[in-house]
Amino acid sequence: MSDTTDLPVPALDVEAWTCPAPLRDRPRVVMGHGGGGVLSAELVQQIFAPAFGGEVLAQMGDAAILPLGGARLAFSTDSYVVRPLFFPGGSIGDLAVNGTVNDLAMSGARAAYLSCGFILEEGVELDVVTRVSEALGAAARTAGVEVATGDTKVVEAGHGDGIYINTAGIGLVPAGVDLRPQRVVPGDVVIVSGAIGVHGVAVMSVREGLEFGVEIKSDCAALGGLVDAMLAVTSDLHVLRDPTRGGLAASLNEIAQASGTGVVIQERDVPVPPAVANACAILGLDPMYIANEGKLVAFVPREHADAVLGAMRAHPLGADSVIIGETVEEHPGMVVARTGLGGTRVVDLPIGEQLPRIC
Amino acid sequence: MKYIDEFQNPELARRLLDDIHATVTRPWALMEVCGGQTHSIIRHGIDQLLPDKVELIHGPGCPVCVTPLEVIDKALEIASRPEVIFCSFGDMLRVPGTGRDLFQVRSEGGDVRVVYSPLDALRIAQQNPDREVVFFGIGFETTAPPNAMTVHQARKLGIPNFSMLVSHVRVPPAIEAIMSSPSCRVQGFLAAGHVCSVMGMGEYPELAERFRVPIVVTGFEPLDILEGVRRTVQQLERGEHTVDNAYARAVRAEGNPAARAMLEDVFEVTDRAWRGIGVIPQSGWRLAPKYRDYDAEHRFSVEGIRTQEPAECRSGEVLQGLLKPHECEAFGTLCTPRTPLGATMVSSEGACAAYYLYRRLDMPATKAQEATPVV
Repeated sequence: MSDTTDLPVPALDVEAWTCPAPLRDRPRVVMGHGGGGVLSAELVQQIFAPAFGGEVLAQMGDAAILPLGGARLAFSTDSYVVRPLFFPGGSIGDLAVNGTVNDLAMSGARAAYLSCGFILEEGVELDVVTRVSEALGAAARTAGVEVATGDTKVVEAGHGDGIYINTAGIGLVPAGVDLRPQRVVPGDVVIVSGAIGVHGVAVMSVREGLEFGVEIKSDCAALGGLVDAMLAVTSDLHVLRDPTRGGLAASLNEIAQASGTGVVIQERDVPVPPAVANACAILGLDPMYIANEGKLVAFVPREHADAVLGAMRAHPLGADSVIIGETVEEHPGMVVARTGLGGTRVVDLPIGEQLPRIC
Repeated sequence: MKYIDEFQNPELARRLLDDIHATVTRPWALMEVCGGQTHSIIRHGIDQLLPDKVELIHGPGCPVCVTPLEVIDKALEIASRPEVIFCSFGDMLRVPGTGRDLFQVRSEGGDVRVVYSPLDALRIAQQNPDREVVFFGIGFETTAPPNAMTVHQARKLGIPNFSMLVSHVRVPPAIEAIMSSPSCRVQGFLAAGHVCSVMGMGEYPELAERFRVPIVVTGFEPLDILEGVRRTVQQLERGEHTVDNAYARAVRAEGNPAARAMLEDVFEVTDRAWRGIGVIPQSGWRLAPKYRDYDAEHRFSVEGIRTQEPAECRSGEVLQGLLKPHECEAFGTLCTPRTPLGATMVSSEGACAAYYLYRRLDMPATKAQEATPVV
């Protein structure tokens, strides 16, 4: 179609207007397949799960629960490909420990041992490897976990972003602790352990060279101690999640769909720091979808909510814990936010990654 | 965010709503021109709180939605070339061209990069002198000035490997086209505040007079929108049709003279095709002849691309306010953000995406169920 026409009057031909054929299944991996949203779930459910099979994998928890010699082991693995390697409040080394420790903690287990696989890109400075390793070791000591085994591979220059790290961790699930989304029932109270969106914005600020007026530091932290404090009050927590990729919205949706309950949150009660809100407003992103690395969301029976909230607030990593909503029988599998003005909206699972808007 | 919070204050919103409820005596159909306003309306549930007699119709003001399929296909063609680094704002990457999108081009090896400013693309060009760097310049009067400035800078700095694929559009001709349509139901406009912050308000009095329609310049926070609605229905109830500025903290009558001067230097007005609407005379900008060297269409010889769109999607009617997104048969079934039929379902500012994301609860149960993603 030409940009220039001789048409003397506006041509609004609604009947003649049509739209392109739908984009169906993508033949190749796109970035959104790692975004923690619908595309990620499809990748797991349509390719990995059928290929691997197995009852344990079918649980689809942050960690697998393995009965072994009368005990229950929690087992989890995660890979870290963050860019840049160092960001305000942490590094890929901290992430590689805290992410896996937290996956275990969300099943109620305190991590005991980690494996650590480094994939190094040819040319990366050994000084950088040293700093990342020292950060990883320090984070492990803080989390009370031992790096028990490891592996190193080197790939050719241009085939990586300096350093990729994979960690796997195991820990013991205490007797009487059973954290699964299937245990969630209508009436449960939804608690988050503090401000959301901080980690994602902190990484974005350095990766993209964006400045938001105040420095935003990642909330990267190991949550084993906070979970211990919660379990000390009651072992009857229903489910815990650390809202990493896909953010709080993805975690709430996963729990709503796995439990078959509806989730209602009060939008004004969701703690979004002004700096995160500002950055998101500038970029056209929703803080609900931004990654966190040191926060958890808990679904707790109503009768234990006050006690659990009190225990969380008494812990340094849960000082700003707040109730943001509850589960309901209506709209099963969906997350709904009540807006500050009194309206409602659906909070959806993201498709892939959030995209900064044009204006 | 204190300043923004003040424009989301529930008590003040309630007062404005009370005033609107007390003012309205008859049904009125208002169009919010800008997609950013559409999302704010749906995200905050403002349409649920207005009187039933006030209907908000979603306008064509989503830059991603209205970018023609031909231009998307040109972008895909250019971005696929091995010598090219193709730079774009993020939300253009998921917009379907014919059979694929920019994400897919990237997965096939194309060097497609998300930037936050056109000047970032210029910097990439400086850092990669052996590559051709192309920026996807789309949008309304809000994004056009910085894009114009970038082309201006490219020439000033003598950067030969930078060019821009330009598909800019102008709001006033779109309003004129909508009002000229025989099926138009719009009785008042909430004009796009950020467009007016650049262009001023000088283009609107003639339109308001000719079509006897109130045009109220409106911002994007909940109180801005409620104030815009209040002033528009007040005019309608009184039988008036003037141009009013309800976004005075950002918009001056003369706009931003420096930005306008940059636009006039780098671009020239042209007829432009709008996806979903058709060709609207004098509704776009293209690079002026003296900047033709920086026009990616010429540099990569993609002027000849022709695209035929199959007849499945009704987003054209949505863009003109003739159809609500959920009234489309394909909504939530054939057409979802995962498998979009049209750009209105893809763009973060698209009306269909807004309904899909925020408003499925209000639909009939079967439709809402279909629209729930399976994971």
